[in-house]
Amino acid sequence: MSQPSISKSMTIGESGLAVVFAVTAFLCVIASAKALDAPFAFHAALGAAASVAAVFFIVNRYFERPAALPPQEINGRPNYNMGPIKFSAFMAMFWGIAGFLVGLIIASQLAWPALNFDLPWIQFGRLRPLHTSAVIFAFGGNVLIATSFYVVQKSCRARLAGELAPWFVVLGYNFFILIAGTGYLLGVTQGKEYAEPEWYSDLWLTIVWVVYLLVFLVTVIKRKEPHIFVANWFYLAFIVTIAVLHLGNNPALPVSVFGSKSYIAWGGIQDAMFQWWYGHNAVGFFLTAGFLAIMYYFIPKRAERPIYSYRLSIIHFWALIFLYIWAGPHHLHYTALPDWTQTLGMTFSVMLWMPSWGGMINGLMTLSGAWDKLRTDPVLRMLVVSVAFYGMSTFEGPMMSIKVVNSLSHYTDWTIGHVHSGALGWVGFVSFGALYCLVPWAWNRKGLYSLKLVNWHFWIATLGIVLYISAMWVSGILQGLMWRAYTSLGFLEYSFIETVEAMHPFYIIRAAGGGLFLIGSLIMAYNLWMTVRVGEQEVQMPVALQPAE
Amino acid sequence: MKAILTVHNLASDLVTTIWTPAFVAIFLAIIAYAFWPRNKAAFDKAAHLPLREE
Repeated sequence: MSQPSISKSMTIGESGLAVVFAVTAFLCVIASAKALDAPFAFHAALGAAASVAAVFFIVNRYFERPAALPPQEINGRPNYNMGPIKFSAFMAMFWGIAGFLVGLIIASQLAWPALNFDLPWIQFGRLRPLHTSAVIFAFGGNVLIATSFYVVQKSCRARLAGELAPWFVVLGYNFFILIAGTGYLLGVTQGKEYAEPEWYSDLWLTIVWVVYLLVFLVTVIKRKEPHIFVANWFYLAFIVTIAVLHLGNNPALPVSVFGSKSYIAWGGIQDAMFQWWYGHNAVGFFLTAGFLAIMYYFIPKRAERPIYSYRLSIIHFWALIFLYIWAGPHHLHYTALPDWTQTLGMTFSVMLWMPSWGGMINGLMTLSGAWDKLRTDPVLRMLVVSVAFYGMSTFEGPMMSIKVVNSLSHYTDWTIGHVHSGALGWVGFVSFGALYCLVPWAWNRKGLYSLKLVNWHFWIATLGIVLYISAMWVSGILQGLMWRAYTSLGFLEYSFIETVEAMHPFYIIRAAGGGLFLIGSLIMAYNLWMTVRVGEQEVQMPVALQPAE
Repeated sequence: MKAILTVHNLASDLVTTIWTPAFVAIFLAIIAYAFWPRNKAAFDKAAHLPLREE
């Protein structure tokens, strides 16, 4: 504990980081001046501005803070650090709306190509990675960082490790999103799906991610709770694996250190295999393991029921870890990839069905004895429906990885439908449910501003998902069948443009579904905003009687 | 050079032969750990962890 006479001085972290950022600002100015292309100059200038802002933030924070650093515990209770969590939760909502909006724009462009307006910056090829990165890495990533920082503190009963480090993670990660996203619009891309950011954004993300891993690990190490809760295992698997995937898929050599363009170390089928090892495990460890951690913490907490089977959760975890990493080749069926590798990928994908459904059953059965809450609590309903979508898309995925099914489904809209039943239904809904829980907890509010609005959000978004995925199923299977239709003379029955024309009505339905999903998220943002603005403060002391609601 | 290649081949043969049974063994050990009767009480307690925090 602090003594009153303690003299105030900068910690090594504060002074060291301020110096590092000052040097970075200087280097960025030089890079900006010597840049070979305009986007690189712009990004270097952004880097310089952000570095200067970081120095100001660190120094200003030092002058504002009391001499003693925040205590680890207050009156024997952990002094939880909520600041970075609040920031990340806010950014998740912001990027979510941005990402859904860009999704709606590109869905509309597919239905009405004139919406490209012949402008390079907003044409489909540049907006599509903006959409995928915004929803996966910006929205999903911020949800994962916010919830992981919350869950690790609560389940370890320990304050988050570091004072500046958690802020470095959340601010640094969102700066990476900014660089990556503006890069896409300006035409800066590696052209690798879900790994589009160029070499300098990749380097920055590596630094941020290592700090994220350290903050998480050190918090686990200094825990007061002897047992490491299963959600933390899932979060740790997510953080470690994403680090490995990121390093494995991005060893690129820049043409010049003052330019944005780089070339990947390997080419051809090796690059393709690495890319889909990365791509599928981004699904497995970013969009699955991380959000399963949310399931294992937020569903028991919200339902006020213990995890149905903790044993099953351990097996669920390890089975996913052992199997997922091999499934990537199913993205390269009927390509130059060796046949045995394709079959291996297919086999492991089919095997994945078992742990996935084990996990789904575990999540759903956690509601035993609390099923009635689905009627009254739309937040819990959202969480539970997300798990049902998880079950559905993890059944569909293995099925589509079977080579004969894939010969029909690959390169068609069926894939898009499959991805969105997972992304909107599972990742989207579990994130919404988690944010609906997290915002009142982190801001110390009694509850949400309006459960009625959550109900509206739930039904509007569900309707949107149903429209989206059913349109893509019909469209995808139609597309696949038209592509493989032959005349009696052995010619292809349809020209490609005829198949494109046949898609048109489904593209309109899909855009409508996406529009509904976006409307739902706007309702949510309003609800969360009002929860923070006018929500009733939670009383800190435990009370004997809770008012019935 | 030849000697190095021989050692490399030996090592790679060994690894490719060993890891499948090794991973299977590790996984079976994890299942045994999860179902070990003595661990049941600790796991049941852990299942309640989100519900009993301050």
